[in-house]
Amino acid sequence: MPSYVPSSYPIGLQVNGEWRTIRVRAADTLLYVLRESLGLTGSKSGCDNGDCGTCTILVNGLPIKSCIMLAVEADGQHVTTIEGLIHSPVLQAFVQKQAFQCGYCTPGFIVNCHGLLSIHPDANEETIRIWLESNICRCMSYEEIHEAVKTVFTPKNAAKPTANGS
Amino acid sequence: MIRQAVGKSVPRKETWEKVTGTAKYVDDISSPGLLHAKIAVSPHAHAKIKSIDLSEAWKIPGVRAVITGEYFPVLTGSPLADRPPIAMDTVRYYGEPVALVVADQEYIAEMASLRINVEYELLPVVHSPLEAYQQDAPIIHQHLAAYKRHEEVYPEPGTNIANRTKIRKGNMDEGWKNSDHTIEIRVTLPQSDHAAMELRCSKAEILPDGKVIIYSTSQSPYVIRRAISQSFQIPLHKVIVHTPLVGGSFGGKSAIQMEYLVFLASRAVGGRAVKLANSRELDMISSPVHIGLDARIKLGCTHEGNIVAAEILHLFDGGAYSDRGVVMSRAAAVDCTGPYRIDNVHCDSLCMYTNHPYSTSFRGFGHPELTLAIERAMDLLADQVHLDPLEIRSRNAIGPGDTTPTQTILDRSNVGDLPKCIAKLKTLIHWDDQPIKQIDGHLIKAKGICCFWKNSNTPTDAGAGAIVIFNPDGSVNLLCGAVEIGQGTRTALTQLLAERLRMDDRMIQISTGVNTETDPQHWKTVASRSMFLVGNAVLKAADDAIEQLKNTASIVLGFSPAELNVGGGRVYFKNRPDIGIEVEKLVSGYKFPNGNTIGGQVIGRGSYAMPNLTLLDPETGKGNPGPEWTVGAQAVEVELNTREYTYKIVKAATVMDAGKVINPEFARSQVTGGMSMGLSFASREAFLFDQSGSILNTQLRTYKLIRYGEQPEYLVDFIETPYLEGPYGLRGIGEHGVIGMPAALANSLSTAVGVAINQLPITPELIWRAVHDSV
Repeated sequence: MPSYVPSSYPIGLQVNGEWRTIRVRAADTLLYVLRESLGLTGSKSGCDNGDCGTCTILVNGLPIKSCIMLAVEADGQHVTTIEGLIHSPVLQAFVQKQAFQCGYCTPGFIVNCHGLLSIHPDANEETIRIWLESNICRCMSYEEIHEAVKTVFTPKNAAKPTANGS
Repeated sequence: MIRQAVGKSVPRKETWEKVTGTAKYVDDISSPGLLHAKIAVSPHAHAKIKSIDLSEAWKIPGVRAVITGEYFPVLTGSPLADRPPIAMDTVRYYGEPVALVVADQEYIAEMASLRINVEYELLPVVHSPLEAYQQDAPIIHQHLAAYKRHEEVYPEPGTNIANRTKIRKGNMDEGWKNSDHTIEIRVTLPQSDHAAMELRCSKAEILPDGKVIIYSTSQSPYVIRRAISQSFQIPLHKVIVHTPLVGGSFGGKSAIQMEYLVFLASRAVGGRAVKLANSRELDMISSPVHIGLDARIKLGCTHEGNIVAAEILHLFDGGAYSDRGVVMSRAAAVDCTGPYRIDNVHCDSLCMYTNHPYSTSFRGFGHPELTLAIERAMDLLADQVHLDPLEIRSRNAIGPGDTTPTQTILDRSNVGDLPKCIAKLKTLIHWDDQPIKQIDGHLIKAKGICCFWKNSNTPTDAGAGAIVIFNPDGSVNLLCGAVEIGQGTRTALTQLLAERLRMDDRMIQISTGVNTETDPQHWKTVASRSMFLVGNAVLKAADDAIEQLKNTASIVLGFSPAELNVGGGRVYFKNRPDIGIEVEKLVSGYKFPNGNTIGGQVIGRGSYAMPNLTLLDPETGKGNPGPEWTVGAQAVEVELNTREYTYKIVKAATVMDAGKVINPEFARSQVTGGMSMGLSFASREAFLFDQSGSILNTQLRTYKLIRYGEQPEYLVDFIETPYLEGPYGLRGIGEHGVIGMPAALANSLSTAVGVAINQLPITPELIWRAVHDSV
């Protein structure tokens, strides 16, 4: 009879600025470990297939769908979840524009948008669309999210006025 | 200065929880020792279960229980009890639960569920409501006559008809005789999914004294309590249901399904706490879905375009079990004509059993579906009599003095002002100053419009309660049973309370969740009825608290209660507002300088039930099905590429009679959210079935939803014609944005291509086929 007792592996990762060491199964997703082992339930499961974006976190500053990343892959990496973004201007903008209804997709949107803001603070509409279309909101029309997101990005030409008028 | 609360866009009470990830949904609440359940499901749409072998599942270490339908044979479902929580003898849809595993870990339960071996004998599959309606169709429920009925429902044993609602109004012979023009049309839309972002999830624990504790993603905590009590013979007061924040539901979480399963799971392991969480795949196919419709309509009108006759047949795709589909088919009969004055109406609205997933409430409750059908018919009729599509609707718009299909007499209160909505929409979308269709090379811009109405088809005794508790600092806690599913009702209810108590809304607290043990009952959070039902209870509770405050203050101040007012945190003499006392000094009883105390904590209570509703006459449909009709007019503007038949939705507009807008931001967001959902399922959503009845697209990768960046420009406006029985005149608006979007989209695209598009979802391929089939 085969053995079903799973092997577990020690991993260490930095989560929202704190170093954490835990044991995980090889098959555990990062989402599962964040929620079940580290108590960070702000990242949600919506499809476990990388389709909906409710589980979006930042790994070394880049948005990743934590439902399709194994926990063992996060060994030694820097992970940021919604719980680590309390001071993000994106979060403030979502409050200001009330850009949420049920709130289930909200952490994923904020994290993804924060990731974009960190890398491309002057992202244009098209770039924003390409990034944010990886998240689904079913309650709203995206109008409110669009309004919120608009306020945190500085359009390129406004951010860098040039003297020569080019 | 007293801050006004009604009519103001206050932020959601749970704002910070939701943006910081600290908001707790059912799946976020864990407890030590929690066990996990998974269901094994049928891979066939219709089959006899010959045998089930559980031995391989039991071999996996960590498995604590494996059960099948035999474990607790019971039939559930309301109004018609036709569904075993776990299949017994027969499976009737692809994805139906056939066994349930409980294990220490979720992955162990899942592994075990895949090792349950079931031997099936295949039965013929009924693929559509039309197939189900045929004389020689295989019968899906052999024992239909024996099923227990909880509410009014009229199944027809020996057929696949789970419910038939008849509307017989006026005289059809007369109607057709007076018709100078007639049109006939068939309109269909397939089953699709609610696709709330939060997956359904339930937990259950049975305590040693028999108390059952349930946590569930639900719109109906009080119905769960009743259903568990009835199905498993447990006293009602021993079932306690918690519903924290719900991550979207759209009707899909009003059905009771997971709760039966998780209760059985806990029972099978001696009452230990068990969690059952759906995967996205199971959430889409095993749990109930959005109903489909196959409709046939014949309309007749005079030369002037006055509609005088309507004959309607609705065949709803209720799927394998009836659940709320049968009530939706009734709702679609009640409002079958759309918001138009028609004296002669004959309608049969049938909920058909098929071998599809079973249907339950979906935002709009039968109305997006009936509206697609009748509004396509209206455009066809307009075309036939050469009338402007808005003009023919204006001409026939229903109003005070007219009667509905169920022969309810309308007045200015119980129906909103449709002509006003139409007039406002006209301006909003530049109907008169731009052509309906503009061609620019291979791009065609076109507009489509429609009207809608909706009553709520609630049980005649639906009601709610509320408790208002004053804290020593003068702040208030509001207790009620309305579930926060994202619609903002709990916050908006605090606005009603603040308005009535004439206090700052920021001084009113409300919890995020509902607990049936401590919160007064609310029928269900459905049918856009919570602001009306709970709102009325809140106002009564506020009045009760005001009376208590005045009584105590009258003794302290030496005036009669009638001479006092409450507001701005004080109770004061009406004629001299400077003479008064702070509310804080009264709310825990007033203490005189010598220590004597009068009164006690101020706790207001209120409850409300809908008056004057009646059941429908089974032969004619005559009766009063719900309190009031919200009406509206909607439009969509598309840009079609005639080379590829792809299209862009450029604009979408809604003008709705809201009675009274309580929170403008919430109202707009509810309406645009509904519109987005309607455009999404009208343009792309459908379950794809193969020949054996299996569903091919059970993931959000293959079942597509509207995404960020695809949103059109939204135009929303409100009219306020008060509904006299509603708090501050409000009408239901939560569902209504969705109702006309499929119809307006189909009308705009039909105009664009010049060919009738009478089917959903309207994909480029569908348009291409419609165009090529027509030549």
